[in-house]
This record gives sequence, C-alpha cells and structure tokens, in this order.
Amino acid sequence: MTTPPADNFKQWSIPPESSAAQAIDAALARIGQHDSAVHAFLDVWSHDARRRAAEIDARRAHGDDAEPLAGMPIAVKDNICTRNGRTTCASRILENYRSPFDAHVIERLEAAGAVIVGKTNLDEFAMGSSTEHSAFGPTRNPWNPACVPGGSSGGSAAAVAARMVPAALGSDTGGSIRQPAAFCGVTGLKPTYGRVSRYGLVAFGSSLDQIGPLAADARGVAAILRAIAGRDPRDSTSVEEPVPDYVAELDKPLAPKRIGIPREYFGAGLDGEVRAAVEEAVAVFERLGARRVEVSLPHTDDSLPVYYLISSAEASSNLARFDGVHYGHRTAHPADYIDVYSGSREEGFGAEVKRRIMLGTYALSSGYYDAYYLKALKVRTLIRDEFLRAFEACDLLACPTSPFPPFRLGERTEDPLSMYLADAYTFGANLAGVPAISLPCGFTASGLPIGLQLMGPHFSEARLLRAAHAYQRETDWHTRVPPGMA
Amino acid sequence: MSARVDPDTVRHIGRLARLKLSDAEVERFSTQLSAILDYFEQLNRIDTSAVEPTAHPLPVRNVFRDDHPIEPLGAERILANAPRSEAGCFALPKVLDQQGA
Repeated sequence: MTTPPADNFKQWSIPPESSAAQAIDAALARIGQHDSAVHAFLDVWSHDARRRAAEIDARRAHGDDAEPLAGMPIAVKDNICTRNGRTTCASRILENYRSPFDAHVIERLEAAGAVIVGKTNLDEFAMGSSTEHSAFGPTRNPWNPACVPGGSSGGSAAAVAARMVPAALGSDTGGSIRQPAAFCGVTGLKPTYGRVSRYGLVAFGSSLDQIGPLAADARGVAAILRAIAGRDPRDSTSVEEPVPDYVAELDKPLAPKRIGIPREYFGAGLDGEVRAAVEEAVAVFERLGARRVEVSLPHTDDSLPVYYLISSAEASSNLARFDGVHYGHRTAHPADYIDVYSGSREEGFGAEVKRRIMLGTYALSSGYYDAYYLKALKVRTLIRDEFLRAFEACDLLACPTSPFPPFRLGERTEDPLSMYLADAYTFGANLAGVPAISLPCGFTASGLPIGLQLMGPHFSEARLLRAAHAYQRETDWHTRVPPGMA
Repeated sequence: MSARVDPDTVRHIGRLARLKLSDAEVERFSTQLSAILDYFEQLNRIDTSAVEPTAHPLPVRNVFRDDHPIEPLGAERILANAPRSEAGCFALPKVLDQQGA
C-alpha cells in the first residue's frame, strides 16, 4: 500500500466514516515507511494495536458512544511502564524487563480509547538532551538525520514530527519534553508538578519528574492532557485539583494580557536565529492584544547547577533499586554477594547514568551534603520564589525553549557540561514546579526547527494551551512536515 | 586543572554507589566530575543563610488513605522478572562459601 499522507492525523477524533483500524493501519504504515531512518521506536506493537482497534470498531458498530480518543494512535516513551511488551528505559539493565503493571497514564489513555502503537527511544533513564545516550542507538532528527532530535524524549518528539503518530507521551525532569519538542518542531507540555500521576513512571528525579503530551499542535496536547490529568491515590504527590476541559478551553478568548520577557533568557549564549524567531513570536502576541512586560529571574544562571545537584542526588537514590537481585540484568559470574550489585550495575548502566549516579552520590556523601545538596535545595527556594514574583507582574513568560537549534550527533557527547547547557532555559520550570509548553516558532536558515517556550503559574495549563492555540491560529509553523515526509 | 575529585575519591564514591569502575572510568570521572563541580562553585557566592531548603515545589502535606486491603500483584508476576528464583523466592549466590575467595 502507499504511505498515508502526513495530514492523515489532522482530525482529533476519527471521522464517522473512518475506522480505528484505518487510523492504526495508517500509523503503522508511516512507522514502517520512516522509522528505519529515524529510529524513534524501540518496539512497535503492530499486532496488539490492530486487535485493540478492531475491538473499538466493534463497539462503535454496536452503537456504543465513542470514547474521546477512540482509535487515536499514541506512542509512549519507554520509561513509562506498560504490561504489554517491555519497559527498557533504553538501558541494558532493563533490556528484558516486563512491567507487571500499567502506569496510571496508560490506564487513562486506554480508558479514553487511545491505542498505543509502540514504545519510543530516550536517553537512558531519561538522562540526556539528545537521545544519544540510549543503549539501543540514537534517534535521528526527522528534519535533518545528521542532527539530534533533542532529549530525553527524542523518540516521542521525532515520532510526532514525522507524523508516524498524532501524539505521544514523554517525561520531563529538566526539559525532556520541551527541548525535543523544540528540536523536532512539535508542541510539548510539561504540566505542573502534581498535575499528572507519576505512578508507573520509572523514577529519575522524583521532585521534578512529570509526564506530559507531545503533539503537532496545542489541540492535540490538550486532548491528551485532558485524559491523563488528575489525582491518583497511588502517587501521593498528585494533586486534588479540578481538571478543566482543556480542549473546550482552547477557543475561549486569549486571557493573558501581559507577556513577561525574562531578560536573563535573552543574554549571552543565545543563538541569533533563535532570538530573532522568539522575538517575532512575541510580536505576534502583541498583535493579538497582549502587552510586553520586562521581568527578571536573577537566579536563572544558577538553575543548571541546582538542577544537576538535585536531580542527580535523587537519581542516585532512585537507581539504587537496580541491583541485579529482583529484576533486570545480573552479572554472569559474581565474585561475591556485593559483586551481584556492583558488577550488575557496572555492566548494565551506560556512561551518562553512571556519571549522574557518581555526582549524586558525591553530593549526598558525608562531608559534602551541606556544601552541595543542601545548598542546592536552598537556592531552589530562591528560584521558585522569583518565578512566583514574576507571575505577579505578568500572566505568562515567553522565552526560547533552548539556547541553540538542534546540534549534530556527536557534537556534545565528549563534554557533559556543553550537553547540559542545551536545557539551560528549561530547568527553571521543573525547579519551580510550574507548567511550561514549547511550540514551533520558526526555522533556522538551514531548515531546523526553533521552539518558543511559554511558562505560567502553577495549574495554568489551560492558559498556556489557549495562548499556544491562539498563536497557532496566526501562524503555520506547526503544520510544517519534514522534507520527504509529507 | 584542579582535581577536586581525585581518583581515590572517585573509587570511594564508586564503592558507595555500588559501581565497579574500571581504571579508565576512574580517570575519566575524576576529570569530568572535577570540571562539573568547579562550574557548580558559582552557587557559593549566593547567601542562603536565611533561606529554607525546598524539597518539593508545592506545599507537601501528609497524605492518608483508608486502611483497607488491596489485591496484591502476586508472587508469580513479581518473580517473572527475577534473574533467578527458587521456591517462590529471589535466588542469589551463596555468601558464606565464597568468603575470602
């Protein structure tokens, strides 16, 4: 059969004359056509997805009301537990791990009628900004295969960019949804900390992690968020806060009147083409009636060390569970009992994961705890407080998602600090716990996507999505499809 | 370059983290962790003497649930991922026989 066109997924519900089976077949055909070059997927569930689609079509034929996402093909980052297939976190240590339970978000998506078509690639345990730190090989940027798709949710972003699926789930600890969304020219939202249950998300930095949607546009993101948001007793940090109908909210008038421009996000280190595209996007909001307000987040430069100290400390503790005893890889010939742990971990973890575990263990160790970890927690307070103050002067903040456009594979792997800088503008939202969205706002001269980031106060997802939707009605960046993938 | 984290410290941290590092990894982490921590020194110029630490971005309160039993996953499903299991237990190498080996 011929490959279905990219605009196959323009509709957010399957039209009555179409079927779930057709939607799934179209997704699988596009995966078959494009994923050998992109490598967005670690596993494709062709058989199970077709079976689920047939069940949905059978219910529809019986006249049952269609679920809100009935038949929508969805890709899921492989650090989100699924009973079906494997959950590898792109790590050798979990290469053959089969989760005995589904994550909360999986239960919610399936209850809403969505059909999971496969699991996507990531930096091992979501630690990275390029998806090069996958034990199973990198994902390529659909806009230019020599470039990275960003990370750590690079597989999910690339799958949406290549229109293999209309939407995907990612996770964001320091920018891992927004930065790949920017690099791949798609829309991605990190919800407020506590908005979406983390039950079944393999823990990295527990006080920072959130699951969120990636889609071509704000409407797709809103449709997924509506399905997955809300309190879940199995995650005690998920919050009892009403879930608005994010899709219905999109078409309300643009509420934000004051767009805050944080000057620290436009300083040295910002690429010129990125700056120009973001400035032009802010001008679009001004034409829509918003007022530009200059604000300051003085501790922006400190968010990188604070983020790395806190997230690595939490990771070193969370990843202690991978010990070769209960599940995962075990070294073949342990010299002794301790070697079951240290040999299995040495063989199972990749270089970046070990580096973070070492950094976190050091920051938590006797004699260094006050100087590094406790210091970082205190500066986190200053960062959160200055965000809350900024939101007294403006309704949302606008800035670049990443300081630079997609870089080439291998360009930053040798120098960890240069890789960490790719997320310099995204750490703040995680540290403050506020929601943030990245949306396409232009391209470099060489045809690589540029992302605009909007951040809002806690639980302002509807406002962010409404602003993104208003922008996408004025522009067509989000409708562009990579060369050769129309 | 100042080796803030010298090779002996790297080996010590490696033992704490239960990572059996190769000599090449010890050298590489000594250099990289020193560079990273040098960069992180910038936090020291911030006066935090009057600042409370933030462990969670939202106010965290105790969460209770009703104390009623829920259906457990069951030993079979949990042991399905075990590298080795015997008689419904996780199986590990013998400890005592290998002391001093």
